[in-house]
Amino acid sequence: MKIHRNILFDLFIEKIFFLVGFTCLLVLLLIMLFLFKEGLPIFSNVSPREFIMGTSWYPTSENARYGVFPLIMASVSVTLLASMIAVPLSLSIAIYLSEIARPVIREIVKPAVELIASIPSVIIGFFGMVVIAPLLQTYFHLDTGLNLFNASLMLAFMAIPTIASISEDAISSVPVSLKEASYALGANRWQTILHVIVPASLSGIWTAIILGVSRVIGETMVVLMVSGGATTLPDSLFSPVRPLTSNIAAEMGETPVGGEHYHALFAIGIILFIITFGFNLIADYLSNRYKFKTD
Amino acid sequence: MKQIIRRRSGATFSEKTMFAIITFLSAVVLGFLVFMLAYIFKNGFSALSWEFISERPRNEMTEGGIFPAILGTLYLMIGSSALSIPIGIITAIYLNEYARNRKLVKIIRLGINNLAGVPSVVFGLFGLSLFVVFFDFGVSILAGSLTLGALNLPVIIRSTEEALGVVPGTYREASLSLGATRWQTIYRIVLPAALPGILTGIMLSLGRAAGETAPIMFTAAAFYSPEFPASIYDEIMALPYHIYVLATAGTHIQESRPLQYGTAIVLIAMVFILNFAGIILRYRYKRR
Repeated sequence: MKIHRNILFDLFIEKIFFLVGFTCLLVLLLIMLFLFKEGLPIFSNVSPREFIMGTSWYPTSENARYGVFPLIMASVSVTLLASMIAVPLSLSIAIYLSEIARPVIREIVKPAVELIASIPSVIIGFFGMVVIAPLLQTYFHLDTGLNLFNASLMLAFMAIPTIASISEDAISSVPVSLKEASYALGANRWQTILHVIVPASLSGIWTAIILGVSRVIGETMVVLMVSGGATTLPDSLFSPVRPLTSNIAAEMGETPVGGEHYHALFAIGIILFIITFGFNLIADYLSNRYKFKTD
Repeated sequence: MKQIIRRRSGATFSEKTMFAIITFLSAVVLGFLVFMLAYIFKNGFSALSWEFISERPRNEMTEGGIFPAILGTLYLMIGSSALSIPIGIITAIYLNEYARNRKLVKIIRLGINNLAGVPSVVFGLFGLSLFVVFFDFGVSILAGSLTLGALNLPVIIRSTEEALGVVPGTYREASLSLGATRWQTIYRIVLPAALPGILTGIMLSLGRAAGETAPIMFTAAAFYSPEFPASIYDEIMALPYHIYVLATAGTHIQESRPLQYGTAIVLIAMVFILNFAGIILRYRYKRR
């Protein structure tokens, strides 16, 4: 009869684990539910068009205005610039690690890159504030070193480990036979990298870039501390800006729960959630669509 | 023949140049990392002392130590792990060992990936609306721990799944063929074999819980609290939020600069120690 009891216990465990397995989906569902519950009420006073396309954000004035267009443009410009800096650097590291570095150096560089990923964002923001900002201010004769460029630089640094390590995985998984075929045709190592290895791992590289960009859009502390905080449309590389994430973080603390401003900040959260959700779905699709069949 | 040679030598030249550029760009990134860490350590080293980590802030946080912030961060690490470690490991075991419905597994995996991609400030909004306001926990250790726990779930699940995936299928087959049930196999054979990998994931998630700021800003963190927390319903100070507050708010930003660097060193040290422990565990595990 003991065996029977063990089998029953096994089934019991399976059912419990099955239920617990849904926690992630439940959390995701609750996040959506509460974002919409607290964010949608703003649209009874402000039309969605006005909210997204409006160019003035004055949440605390007598005649409050809730237009997030400058904040969206700030997020977009910071993200684009950060990606332009991070992608070439990350791909260099990925290629360096998988194709160029000697094993000894690789064993040092790879953990060092992983170490970047573990640095808390508040530290990177702090560094941008106290070190990079004064440097920028002095060398470019600016009013403030806390601006779009500084934020992009710091965000690029944060995105590098994500993009580099996923790209490196993709590059390393290219079958050796492809490389050998390329060498046998007389191509040198660089030609092989450029014309064989990179094209073969392109979907993995795209996945890496999308996940990295998604991380940049959602990053909060760095932009809160170094982007300057002005709610105007950026007009130069060195404009102080206020991306979506930093706007929530900067204003939520002083907002009464349940007020119009509170709902508006949650509505910004909805925008962020939808953007990053979309990016993650694309990344998921890309990484599933194209995997190397080694046979 | 001459043409071929010229083309070959041209290619070698381009190879050399490109390799040099790639190596240089990689070095730039590492150089930036070293510069950043060295700069912070150089400037904050003088602030470090036993008093700094064992005393409370004094004189409007321009003097004294950061003990309450260290304590608060430890509470948040423990509180968030109490939730995310068991749920995360169980989810990973279910997905890897029990689940047979591939479609369902795919949906859960998609949920995990998307949860991992949710911006940290959105987790903050979620924690504020659900735990602080709806459940009425207030700004508290409890609300902050639950929020950080939700944020850390994907980290634990992924690393546990990876660790379970490395355990050879033959272990399971041998155990099952001896008459063990699936649970006995998992508990006595698979989990012990996967333990170092799971511990690595736990270390990484603890490091993340220590360093995150945005999720605790509106759910747990206090600007300054003169008393130590008496229960899980009290708000607390935390290291990352303390750095943010000292560096951006108030009228003593310049006076408290050494304290900011010092706090940064303590936070970096905590996170790095956890990460190194994780990396060493994984390294020893791989060698075995």
